Amino acid sequence: MAVVAEVGKRSWSWRDLWLAIVMLFPSAAVLGVFIVYPLGRAIVLGQQRCNSFGTQCVSNGFDQYVDLFLSTEFQGALESTAILALITVPLGLILGVGLAVLADKHLRGIGFFRTAFSSTIATSVAVASLMWLFLLQPSVGALANIDWFISIFPTVKNPGLLQDPRTALPAVAMSSVWAGLGFTFILVTASLQSVPRELHEAAAVDGASGTVRFWKITVPLLAPTLLFVIIVLTTRAFQTFGEIDLLTNGGPRPGNSTTTVTYFVYGESSVIASDPGLQAGGAVLLFVILLLLSALQLRGLGRRVDLGG
Amino acid sequence: MPRKQSSTWDHPTGLRLVGRYALLVVIVIAVLFPVYTTVVSAFKPSDKFLINPLVPDAFTFDVMREAWSSGRLGRYLVNSTIVAVVITVAQVVTSLLSGYAFAYLRFPGRRVVFLAFLATLLVPLEATLFVNFETVEDGLTLPLVGVTIPFGGLNSFQALTVPFLATAFGTFLVRQALLDLPGDLRDAARIDGIGHIGFIRHVGVPLVRPTLAALALFSFLSSWNQYLWPSLIINEADRNTVQSGLRLLSKSNLDAPNLVMAGTVIAAMPILIALVIFQKQLVRGLTAGAVKG
Repeated sequence: MAVVAEVGKRSWSWRDLWLAIVMLFPSAAVLGVFIVYPLGRAIVLGQQRCNSFGTQCVSNGFDQYVDLFLSTEFQGALESTAILALITVPLGLILGVGLAVLADKHLRGIGFFRTAFSSTIATSVAVASLMWLFLLQPSVGALANIDWFISIFPTVKNPGLLQDPRTALPAVAMSSVWAGLGFTFILVTASLQSVPRELHEAAAVDGASGTVRFWKITVPLLAPTLLFVIIVLTTRAFQTFGEIDLLTNGGPRPGNSTTTVTYFVYGESSVIASDPGLQAGGAVLLFVILLLLSALQLRGLGRRVDLGG
Repeated sequence: MPRKQSSTWDHPTGLRLVGRYALLVVIVIAVLFPVYTTVVSAFKPSDKFLINPLVPDAFTFDVMREAWSSGRLGRYLVNSTIVAVVITVAQVVTSLLSGYAFAYLRFPGRRVVFLAFLATLLVPLEATLFVNFETVEDGLTLPLVGVTIPFGGLNSFQALTVPFLATAFGTFLVRQALLDLPGDLRDAARIDGIGHIGFIRHVGVPLVRPTLAALALFSFLSSWNQYLWPSLIINEADRNTVQSGLRLLSKSNLDAPNLVMAGTVIAAMPILIALVIFQKQLVRGLTAGAVKG
C-alpha cells in the first residue's frame, strides 16, 4: 500500500523484483522449456549418429553438420526450397500489391472486392492445399475432368501437374501463393490507407500520372510493409510443410523435386525420417538459414527503408 | 449515376471505370475459382461430381453428412475449439503479466531479460518441434532435482497446448501498449494506493483492450491453423484437430475427393464466419506485427 520511494541511488526495489519474478515466471517457463531448451538439445542431438532403429545415438562430432549440409539430399532440399521461394515471394508480392492498389479506389461495391481478395486468409494450409489437390489431381480431380481444358493442357490429365517432376514444384507454389494472397492483400491495403491522400492529390494537380505516383509516392511509403511481407513470404517458403505433405509427399518419385527443407526434416517419406540425429541436425540448419536470411534481408533492404526509429 | 461525372485523380469515369470493374471481376473469379469447385463438388452426389465438375447440376447433402459423422469433422471442430481457446486465453494472460512486468516494474536485469524474450522470436517453430515431440512424449526431467514433469504424452490435449501457452510476441505487444499509455497514469494510481494487480485490472486491461483483442484473434487463428505439430503428435483418430483431421481424411480417402472437399468446407466455415465478424481486429493484429517487426 505504501508509496514505493526511490531509495538512495538504487533504481529498483525488492518488492518489484519479487513481483517481476512471479509475473514473468509463466512466460519464461514456457519459452524456456519449449523454445530455448529444445534449440540447445537439437544442437547436441544434431551431431549424433544413431542406429537404424533411431536408438543408441553416439556423438559423431560437429562435422556432421557440415556433412549433412553438403549432402546431395540436403542440397536438393535447399534447391527446391530456393526455387519455391523464387516463385512465391515475387509473385505473392506483385499480386498482393497489385490487388491492393486496384482495390484502393472510390468505387461502388469496392467492399465486396476487398472481402473477396482477403478471403483466402480464412483458409488454413490444409484447407487451401486440399482445394488445390482436388483441382489438380489427374484422375479424380476437377480440371482433369473438363474435356475442353485437357484438350488445351493435356499434362493436367497425363501425368498430372503434381505428378510431373517439372511442374510439381510450380504447382505447389501456385497453391502457396493463393493461400498467402489474403494476408498480403490485407497488410498492403492497411498500409495504403495510411498514405496521406493529400500527397496524391498534390502530385495529381502537378500533373503526375498514376504510374509516376505509384513509383514515387506509394512504393516508398509502403517500403516498410513490403519489407515485412518479403521476410514473411521467404520465411514461409522455408517453413513449407503442409502443402508438400498433402500435395506431393516430397515427390513425385523417383526424385524429390518438392522436398523442401522442412519436409526433409519432418516428412513421413523423407530419407532421414527415422534418424533422430540427422533430423535434429536438419532442424538446426533450418534455424541458421532462416536467421541468415532475415539478417540479410534487413541489411540489404534496411538501408533504403525508413523503419520508423 | 449519381456520382459527379468529372474525372478526378482517384475517381475514374467512363471507359476507365468500366475497364477497372471488368478487371476486378475477372480477378475475383480467378481468386474464388478453387473455392467454387470445392463447394460444387461437396454438394454433388458421389457418382456425379466428376461429370461437369464446374456445373452445380445436382444437389445432395449426403456427402456433407458423411464428412461430419464418419469423417469425424464434428469431433475435430470441438477438439480444435478447445485447443485454440485454451491457448488464446493462456497467451493473453501470460502476455499481460510479463508485458506489465517489463513496462512498469523496476528490477535488475530487466533489459537483458526482455532481450532474451525477444530473441526467442528468432527461433522458428520448425527448429524446436522435433525435440518438443520427445519432451511431451517422455516428460521433462529436471537436472539436479531429478523430478520429471509430465506433459500428457502423445495424443493428449496437454501436448497440443502446452508448448504455446506463452509468446514473446504477445509480451512485446502488451508492453508496447502499456508504455504508450500516459506515464502519469501509473503514478496517479500509485498515489491513490492502487497496487500493481489493481492497476492491471482496473486501468491496464480496459485501456489496452484493443491490443489484447488483436492478440487474442492472432493467437486463436495461429493455433487453429497449426498443422505440423498436431500431425506429429496425434495418431489416435479422435484426438485430431481440424487440420490434422483433414490430413487423415485426405490420406485415407484419396479416391473420394468429394468427401474430402465436404470436410474442407466444414473445416473452413467457422473461421470464415469469425473473420467476417472480427475483420477490424484482424487487420490490427496483422499490422501490429508489421509496424514493429
